Amino acid sequence: MLIHLSSPHIHSGDSIRATMFAVILALMPAGIISVYLFGWLAVFLILLCMLGCMFTEFVALKWMGRSTAPVMDGSAALTGLFLALTLPASIPWWMALLGSVFAIGLGKQVYGGLGYNPFNPALSARIILLVSFPLQMTTWLIPMHLGVSAIDLYDFSSAWQLFVFGANALPHALDAITMASPLGHVKTEWSQGIGVSEALRAYDYSYLDAFIGREAGSLGETSALALLIGGIYLLARHTITWHIPFSFIATVAVLAAIASMVDPNHYTPPLFHILAGGLILCAFFMATDPVSSPVTPMGQIVFGIGCGIITWCIRTWGGYPEGAMFSVVLMNCAVPLIDHYCRPTVYGKRGSES
Amino acid sequence: MIKSFLNKLGFASARFAGGITPDMCKWTESSAIEDCPLPPLFIVPIKQHIGQACTPLVQIGDLVLRGQKIAKSEGYLSVPIHAPTSGKVIKIEEHAIPHPSGMGLTSIFIEPDGKDVRDTSLIPMDNWQAIDPAELRERVRLCGITGLGGAAFPTFIKLLKDKRNPIETVILNGVECEPFLTNDHRLMLEHSDEIMHGLQIIMHMVGAKKAIIAIEDNKSDAVNAMQQAVSSTGNDAISVASLPTRYPQGGEKQLIESLTGKQVPAGKLPMHIGVLCQNVGTVKAIDDAVMLGHAITDRIITVSGDAAPKPANMRVRLGTPMRFIYAQCGLENFDGIQILHGGPMMGERMRHPDIPVIKSSTGLLAIRDTRMKAVHQVEDPCIRCGHCSEVCPISLVPNLLADHCRNDQLEKAADYDLFDCIECGACSYVCPSHIPLVHYFRYGKGQTAQVRREQSFAEASRLRSESRDARLQREKDEKAAKRRKVRDTLRSESVLNPDNNSAPKSTTKTEGKE
Repeated sequence: MLIHLSSPHIHSGDSIRATMFAVILALMPAGIISVYLFGWLAVFLILLCMLGCMFTEFVALKWMGRSTAPVMDGSAALTGLFLALTLPASIPWWMALLGSVFAIGLGKQVYGGLGYNPFNPALSARIILLVSFPLQMTTWLIPMHLGVSAIDLYDFSSAWQLFVFGANALPHALDAITMASPLGHVKTEWSQGIGVSEALRAYDYSYLDAFIGREAGSLGETSALALLIGGIYLLARHTITWHIPFSFIATVAVLAAIASMVDPNHYTPPLFHILAGGLILCAFFMATDPVSSPVTPMGQIVFGIGCGIITWCIRTWGGYPEGAMFSVVLMNCAVPLIDHYCRPTVYGKRGSES
Repeated sequence: MIKSFLNKLGFASARFAGGITPDMCKWTESSAIEDCPLPPLFIVPIKQHIGQACTPLVQIGDLVLRGQKIAKSEGYLSVPIHAPTSGKVIKIEEHAIPHPSGMGLTSIFIEPDGKDVRDTSLIPMDNWQAIDPAELRERVRLCGITGLGGAAFPTFIKLLKDKRNPIETVILNGVECEPFLTNDHRLMLEHSDEIMHGLQIIMHMVGAKKAIIAIEDNKSDAVNAMQQAVSSTGNDAISVASLPTRYPQGGEKQLIESLTGKQVPAGKLPMHIGVLCQNVGTVKAIDDAVMLGHAITDRIITVSGDAAPKPANMRVRLGTPMRFIYAQCGLENFDGIQILHGGPMMGERMRHPDIPVIKSSTGLLAIRDTRMKAVHQVEDPCIRCGHCSEVCPISLVPNLLADHCRNDQLEKAADYDLFDCIECGACSYVCPSHIPLVHYFRYGKGQTAQVRREQSFAEASRLRSESRDARLQREKDEKAAKRRKVRDTLRSESVLNPDNNSAPKSTTKTEGKE
């Protein structure tokens, strides 16, 4: 049955499914790095979140009496992957599963499903988890490559043990397998009156390690390199445009540069900000989530700048060491307003009224 | 602003906003134009242009010649209709015209006599340089010429030499950005001299100082052919511009922006910025009209599509039924095939092939159902990817606009510049959710027109009823005033000694009243 036969009668062949799978593909480098850092644990978490999200989507659609075809369109799987990559490796499995249910149930389906969610579903779930379980959400496993962790995550059975029974069931003390993230470390040290450069020296911080991703953090946010490869793929494929990532990261960098010029002992330098935490993940993958970001190029730049300001403010003055995900969700609220005011000038109306 | 600045420095090529690069499928670009034979019966609708319909001048049984005027234009925005060949008028009745609704219109049915004798009442104007532009313009009107690029706007209207809006530049549109269509391409290859001659006639008519022939770079042979034609005239005011292939470059406004960097202000016409745009086919028709005295009776049509066994470019008489043309290309069974009138981006789907071609017919496509189904899918929800606004050549935000149209928020839709949409279809083409955006815009425009019509009816009847009330009130007041006056007069008569002149008058009046 032909639905409508209004022109145009040809199509680019693009589809939601193709878009979603492109983003999943773009996250593969980050996924591989997470396996390198956290072994089997990363595999378990990623699969759990993806399947959890798809199952929640299935249940929600069935419940509402809708077609369950969207379960396979890749959007739920992508949300699961996003969520997993923002979680610490040591998180208990039931917490990750709860996050998946939050992401799809409260972040997406309550608003009407794909295309209607005002907030990024993965990030809203991440925030619910962070606020509900602050301790577990800020405990970072020591990455495997450092060779100092007391537990071998490349070994399937010990990783499975940790995944199923949690860190507390292990014979080791928690300290033996966890460490602080750079952002958290600097923040804690400052609260004890220790300056930035000294704190970083004590942490044995290296920009190169941070760039490649050999540092503590969530599964997928550590490696700037892997995320940039995926981001550049998405830019080249034209799934995202440069506006949000560029304005987001540039705003953080500019603010950090100004602040660290004023007081280098208190404010961390711009490159540290860019490589630390979830900034690159958020800028290239979360803030560019099409559903919850502005449509017009002008609006996207405004959105990116807003995200950058909020991120830097939270990191610098806020109670949490990381602010990138809060900034994206906060700016999501402003999207309808931004879209309304940032419309491009229509052909022939330049310099005229309206 | 940055763009126009870079433009001036020569760093950025002038280009219109947005646009797409679909698979062009120009399968017929090397097929020479063939003459389509005369069909057994012509169906000539009395309206083949934008504007008012014509009135038939012939009766059943009349013998007509090719190029003879058979319907006269009514009103300004109209051009006459001519017989496509010599023959006999056998009936005049309503018949389906190329319109997506399948609507009908009075048509003149002509049975050809096979002699194809031409009406020679219009004498050639070989000495056009010496002829007044107004006279040439009347010739263009009499010959029934409309824009042959697809819009079919009466051409003579645009060929006005107006002192307030002098035309500086004539742009010859040989862009042909629609996929599949190659009729203009072949015309430029095979009739470059006529086109060049027609262009000079137009320049004379409007007093233009320079002309640009715009061709997309996927037609490099046409660029060469036109360049050769230009150099053979030795007229250095005419240049050929090869533009990057991008749809909808051939849109009048987009082409003007591409070539001049200027935009036609909203609500204005190209002539207000000193530009006149003409399609190459139209210019060839103007040349025929002036040099040979031929009214427009045929045009070039590309017949193509994945279901057309032998795609071709054909010179087809206006009024030939589509079924006959398809048969020339080997297509006779239309099961499982959709037929399109025009290109795939802006063309309309026809409900059946028993419809005649008219002046606006650029192409006839035959597309398999399976292919159409893959394009016209059930829409998914909008994921706000913004690709639609990236490709919109007039910088609308199509997804938000479509929401307003769908929800009948017509005022909001108008605020989102619904009426600036040119329906090029680029947004629908790129939409990953297969949302028929253009379809919503057409709906929104139609609904708005309907609402406005109703409002104006309501307004008119309100004014009518108000003026009726006012009239009744006025009459009542007048009556009351008169009565009061009479009463006063009577009273004054009884009180004072009346004047002899006024007394009888007022008495008669009072009698008349009661």
